Parts: sequence; C-alpha cells; structure tokens
Amino acid sequence: MHDKSLGSRVFDAVNYTLLALVALITILPFIHVVAGSFTTVQELAEKQFVLIPTVWSLDAYRYVFSTNTLIRGLGVSIGVTVIGTLISMFLTSLMAYGLSRRDLDGRRIIMFAVVFTMLFNGGMIPTFLVVKSMGLIDTYASLIIPTAINAFNLIIMRNFFQNLPDGIEESAKIDGCGDWGILFKIVIPLSMPAIATISLFYAVTYWNTYMTAILYLNDSVKWPVQVILRQIVILASGLSADTSGMDDSFVTPPEQTVKMAVIVVATLPILLVYPFLQKHFAKGALLGSIKG
Amino acid sequence: MSDTAVKNTTIARRTGESGLLKRIIKNRAIYLMILPGLLFFIIFKYAPMYGLIIAFQDYKPYLGISGSPWVGLAHFERLFAEPMFFTILRNTLLLFLMNLCFYFPVPIILAVMLNEVRREAFKRFVQTLIYVPHFMSWVIIVSITFVMLSMDRGIINELLVMMGFEKINFLLSNEWFRPMYILQVIWREAGWGTIIYLAAMAAIDPQLYEAARMDGAGRFRQIWHITLPSIRSVIVVLLLLKIGDVLELGFEHIYLLLNSMNREVAEIFDTYVYTAGLKQGQYSFSTAVGFFKSVVGLILVMIANWLAKKAGEEGIY
Repeated sequence: MHDKSLGSRVFDAVNYTLLALVALITILPFIHVVAGSFTTVQELAEKQFVLIPTVWSLDAYRYVFSTNTLIRGLGVSIGVTVIGTLISMFLTSLMAYGLSRRDLDGRRIIMFAVVFTMLFNGGMIPTFLVVKSMGLIDTYASLIIPTAINAFNLIIMRNFFQNLPDGIEESAKIDGCGDWGILFKIVIPLSMPAIATISLFYAVTYWNTYMTAILYLNDSVKWPVQVILRQIVILASGLSADTSGMDDSFVTPPEQTVKMAVIVVATLPILLVYPFLQKHFAKGALLGSIKG
Repeated sequence: MSDTAVKNTTIARRTGESGLLKRIIKNRAIYLMILPGLLFFIIFKYAPMYGLIIAFQDYKPYLGISGSPWVGLAHFERLFAEPMFFTILRNTLLLFLMNLCFYFPVPIILAVMLNEVRREAFKRFVQTLIYVPHFMSWVIIVSITFVMLSMDRGIINELLVMMGFEKINFLLSNEWFRPMYILQVIWREAGWGTIIYLAAMAAIDPQLYEAARMDGAGRFRQIWHITLPSIRSVIVVLLLLKIGDVLELGFEHIYLLLNSMNREVAEIFDTYVYTAGLKQGQYSFSTAVGFFKSVVGLILVMIANWLAKKAGEEGIY
C-alpha cells in the first residue's frame, strides 16, 4: 500500500526529476565526446555544443588508425585482458574455494594474512624491486602477474563458496568424489553468477591498466590502449608534469576530434560488455556474497 | 598406573598430535588449491613488506639488500625536515577531508533517493547510467575532463564565453584543482557506491514503513527514522575502510592531473614517492616516505576500527 498523500506525491515528483537529472549529467560528457569524435574539426569549432553532429565524418577515426600505434595498443590490451582474466580467475577461484572449506587447518591465519594486505603493503619501490628481481620488467607478464589476485575479489568468492549448501559436498563425497572433483564438477557449475561477475571485475581492471604499464614497461611497442590515450590527450597537451614514457611521434597536439576518437576507442569494449554486467547487478547475485 | 592405562594414554596423546597431521594429509588437495594463491601473496605482497627494510639503508641496486649500508632513521629525519613534507601532508589531509565531506554522503543520498523509487524500470534506467563511469579508467575520466575543460575549444570554456565570462584555465590552476578532483571522484564512484547501500536497504522490513505511515510520518521522517538507521552499520564499515584508505587516495588519479603549475596543491605521498623513487632513483628515501605513509594509514585504520567497536558496530576485523 502506497502513501498517496499530496506531500508524498510531491516528494516523488521531485525525486524522480532529480534522479533523472543525475543520470543525465553522468552520461552527458560521454555523449559529448562520442558525438565530437564523429564530426569534423570545423564543425566542432563552429558549433561547440555538439551533442548530435550535423556533419558526420570519420576523419578523426581515419587519422587515429592511420598508424599502427592504436591497433597495436588494442591488441596488447585485449591480450592482457583475456589472458589476465583467465589467470586471475583460475588463481582466485582455487584459493577462494580452498579457503571456504571450514575444516581446513590454518584457514584463519591465511585469511588474516590476505585481509592484512588490504590494510598495509610494501609500497611502490619494494614491489618494483621484487618485480625487477623476477625478471618481469618490460614484459607483458608484468601487467598480469604482480596483480593477479585481488584480495577483495578473493574474499567475495570465498564468501560465495561458503554460502553454498553443505549438503552438496556431502553427497558428492558419498558418491566417492574427490576434492578436485567436487570443485570442478559441482561447485564451479553452481557458481557461475559469482564467477561471471568477478571475471568481469578483473576484465575491467585489466582493460584499464595503465600505471603498471608505465612503471614496468620501457618499450612503447608494448603499451596498452590506456597509456596511448594518456599520451595523446594528457601528455600532448603539454600539461602533465611527468613525461615519462613520452613518445616523440605525438609531439604535435592532436585535434579535439582526434582526442575524442581515441577516448571512444579506449572506452568501447567496456561499454560493449556493460549490458552483461548490468544483468548480474540487478539480480543482486553479487550482494549476497558481499554481505557474508 | 597400570600398563594398559599408560599405553592407552600414550596412544591417545600420539593420535591427538598426529590428528592435525592426519587432517592435513586428508585435505592435501585443498592445500594444493591454496598453494598458487599463497605463493602469489608471499611473493608480491609479503616480500615487498620485507623490502621495506631498505628504508633504513642506503640502498644501492648493485649492492642489493644484504650489501647496502645501514643508515637507521636518517631518511625519516630527512623527510620530516623537508619543507615539501608539510605541503604533502596538508594536501593529503585536505583532499581526504574533502573526500569525506563531499564525496562520502553522495552515494548514501543517491541510494536513499533510488530506494524511494517505486517504478522498477526507471530505477534500473538510472542505475544503468550512473554505474558507467566506475568502469572507466582514470585515464578516460581525466581525458574527458581535459577535453571538456581545455582552453582551446573545450566546451566548458566555450559556455563561459557565451555567457559573457572569461575563459578559465582550469587545468593549470591551483584553485580549481581540488574542486576538479572531487567532482571527478563523485562522477566516477558515486553511482557505483550506491550498490552496497541499496543492498542493505533492501533488507529493511516493509512493515516498519507501514507502521510509520500509520503514525502519520511523512516521507522524510520515514527515511530519517527507518532507512538511515538501518544502514548505519554499512556506513560505519565503509567509513572505516575509507579512513584506512586516507593516505592511499587516488594515486592513479592524481598522477594524471599533476603538472608543474598545481604541484603545490596536488602533490601527495604516493606521487612524491614515485618521483623521488623511480624517477630520481632515490630508492631508500622514497621507500621511507612510503613506509611512513603505510604505517600511519594502518594506525588510522586500527584506531577507526577500535572506535567503531566502541560504538557498538562491527569492525573490519
């Protein structure tokens, strides 16, 4: 039963309006950038409000793809994302499942050790030195291995596994299933929502990689898309203090439309994947595990 | 004691001790599953903690940790004597406070607003849109900001000119750095931040609202007396986590915004560590700086956690 008093209805009207405004403001910059990327330089200069371009043009995209740089970056980003997500999910799920078994000795110590890393860490330099000592500097692996497991994701998965009914493991054991069997034949298939969601979290993180690339990569050939984007929009405007990893080929500041085109390219894959993400959040499949 | 009794106790003791061993062997598959992850944490999380030792040394890469000379607290003394230190401290604290005052309430308010929406379709529509920025990298967020705020045909400046104002050089100015930073944080994270509050609100018993309505409570009073108290625990936990993060705030974010003009207000511990350490090669000194930051952060979390428990809430640990 809903409150139909005047006060309540005014509340609703204002609430809906404000929320719509918030949603609009959130999305407006993106629309502006996407629109600006599909128009010509003159159009953008004359009609600064491009939300829907009157003159459509692929000039910016043609320019951006005229050299190999962006394509190479896309390749790197896609590779790192796919392989990184697989590795991360493998390591995380395995460890999360192991830690979800209540009869495991030492479980609490290990969990504490994991949580502790969320509160305190060695810092940039010591981590850099460790990565260096493992010979990972200037390799693609440095974009994946040092960040393979995210403690937060690990905890979410562990909670999810813990919340699975005990009876399932019991009956599997009675049927003579070993621990590996239980994991792969029963637990994993039952955990697809959590696996899907956490995979997407990892995938987004890998796609957005840029700091680890700046830290560990020396060769600009290996740059992922985000670093290229930084190069083009942020560094080329001459406004950044740290020009490390600056590539000379981008010294002349590119046009506004070109910058927008690169932003779109850097953002697109996530936007494509986004609808799938939404489904799971709406279901709240994730939330049950967070509460645990 | 008789012979059998002695034997029995001995057997019992032995089985008790090897009970642990037996369990480990029985669970060996599980331990194997944990092993790779454990190795990861040891190598990439705990080994660097050991590496913090170089904060007390004059570390030279070619000497390694075992070969580098010890300097005790010299680097820390230098840090506190450094004028930049207070600038950094001030910047970090100010940004943190701004974050707390301006960003922290936003997801809560948005969640309350969303919670009041009855039309599922509209609610989902808004949620879909406000989650988007969270998935964008900071590079994308800052790039879009640069494009919009640029002096050269950036849309915001064009708007200003149209309204009869002068163009503002947002990106290079000291005064605009903090507002710009906070707005970017809100834009990116506020929407996503609503998820956890909405989850808590979904658990509230609708009958509470019924009862309140019977008693004549309007919408605002219902929110104030029912919705908000019910999410108090969540708010406290998230506040704790935020405090633990205080010195961690947005390195990847600020690094992109930093330039020679706004260094006075923008430099924080992590950017300083990065510049002094990896750019200038002052490994030991910058590690000392980072060490200091991490320790203070840890202490703050512990204090916050203790305070929360005193207030009757659950802590993080």
